[in-house]
Amino acid sequence: MLGNIYIILKRETKGYFSTPLAYIFISIFCGLTAAFTFYLGAFLERGQADLFPFFESHPWLLVLLVPSISMRLWAEERKTGSIELLMTLPITTFEAVIGKYLAAWVMIAIALALTFPMWITVNILGSPDNGVVMSSYLGSWLLAGQFLAIGSALSAMTKNQVIAFVISTAACFIFVMSGVEAVTGAIEGLVPNYVLSIFSSMSSLDHFYEFVKGVVDLRSLLFYFTSIVFWLLLNIIIINIKKAA
Amino acid sequence: MENRIVLDSLHKSFGDLKAVNDVSMTVEVGEILGFIGPNGSGKSTTMKMATGYLKADSGTSTICGVDMEVNPKEAKKLIGYLPEGAPAYGEMTTIGFLNFIADIRGFYGKKRAIQIDKAVERARIKHVLHQQIDTLSKGYKRRVGLSQAIMHEPKILILDEPTDGLDPNQKHHVRELITEISKTTAIIVSTHILEEVDAVCSSVLLINKGNVVLNGSSSELRSKVESNNSIMIKIDPKSTEDLKRLLLTIPSISKIDVLNETESNVNINIYPKENQVILTEVAKIIADHKFPVKDIYQNHIALDEAFRKLTV
Repeated sequence: MLGNIYIILKRETKGYFSTPLAYIFISIFCGLTAAFTFYLGAFLERGQADLFPFFESHPWLLVLLVPSISMRLWAEERKTGSIELLMTLPITTFEAVIGKYLAAWVMIAIALALTFPMWITVNILGSPDNGVVMSSYLGSWLLAGQFLAIGSALSAMTKNQVIAFVISTAACFIFVMSGVEAVTGAIEGLVPNYVLSIFSSMSSLDHFYEFVKGVVDLRSLLFYFTSIVFWLLLNIIIINIKKAA
Repeated sequence: MENRIVLDSLHKSFGDLKAVNDVSMTVEVGEILGFIGPNGSGKSTTMKMATGYLKADSGTSTICGVDMEVNPKEAKKLIGYLPEGAPAYGEMTTIGFLNFIADIRGFYGKKRAIQIDKAVERARIKHVLHQQIDTLSKGYKRRVGLSQAIMHEPKILILDEPTDGLDPNQKHHVRELITEISKTTAIIVSTHILEEVDAVCSSVLLINKGNVVLNGSSSELRSKVESNNSIMIKIDPKSTEDLKRLLLTIPSISKIDVLNETESNVNINIYPKENQVILTEVAKIIADHKFPVKDIYQNHIALDEAFRKLTV
């Protein structure tokens, strides 16, 4: 089982790096995070030795950039017909889903790792709490992992990558916005309180900020873990349903 | 282990459309089944169910005794499959793609190199090994797909239109390859090129609108058409009536048509009963009575015609 997952992961990763996809994604991710940090986040003007302005932009960038990776995961396989080849090889749907998911998640990890000049910069300028930096990176990677799982599942529903991109972005956006006060405030009173608290506890943003504060909370870890498992299970179910349809 | 593929009353509907309605077949090692039918008749759908890509509404696909539904992973190990259009990962090079397939098929070390070499050799794709698959011609793409399907020397091989898009030389080569492999493999080939059925297949299954129309040999397919083995004679019009009278004494003749009558020539078409060969009897009458025959030949129905009559 692990063998097949690894084989799929290897093939997918090679696919990313043999086309411009990986390079473009990584460059844009690094470029945009830097731009956000210095211009919108006023990194230098704040005069604080931390990477908060850097990580603050991540949820908003990932909402757009992760679906641009995940949209092709299954939609492209359906479009080119290679899914028929893949699913008639002696592998399970589980192995294919996990292998493809991990390959994309590894690429995002590489993109995050390549933002290390930010980390070096802040260490030259001052003495930040590197534990907080590490937990923020972890939080960012987990958030991306959640978006990726959502995008992967939704990508399995269609052979049209544009549709996959749009609905994935919308879904990820909802998970981010459910923690924003303007949104929770707007629906407060419209729905019972317990619905509101469930809604806002589903917020990817709140859990992300825990990590950015340097708190690696079990509940937040569990939140991302269950969310990823849920969406990947849904992904497997969608593929199996399509097989019977 | 039994070396055969058994499809047992497969059914598949897409909404109201009955795409495949009770299709069954058994192909043993050494046999090549030509799976024919018009476009949209359910050939590909049947093959997709046989290989476990689609789930059948009912019916089973059993690969060397392994039920595809019950144990898909084991069943898929025993099958080589070339899907319609020979899909592959276009961004990979041919060799990169074959390495991936070898990994999935569980080959490593020396064995892996041998299996890849053999597949490359057989499909004749040696000089495109380092080319990106997206940049290959349709014919080469098809052959890369073929090499993928035969790499693990499966007991069961299912090929969906393997010669589509190939030039005549390549077609010939693929047919040779299929014939060679068939000694140790049970093969199902779908095609709508009917010459292929005559060239390679040991039996034929014809489907139309999801239903089996005929399951037998290509001569059985021909025999479905009335004019098979009929005899055409070109003769002087003066002798027509005499010849007709004498021919009707042959018991195995069902009817005689007189066509294209002109001043000097007339064509007589003689139909046998149940597609019997009547050439000897007819020739004997002509020889015995020295009829001034200008031309004589036996009609073999082209499979195309049989196909058309059975599926329109």
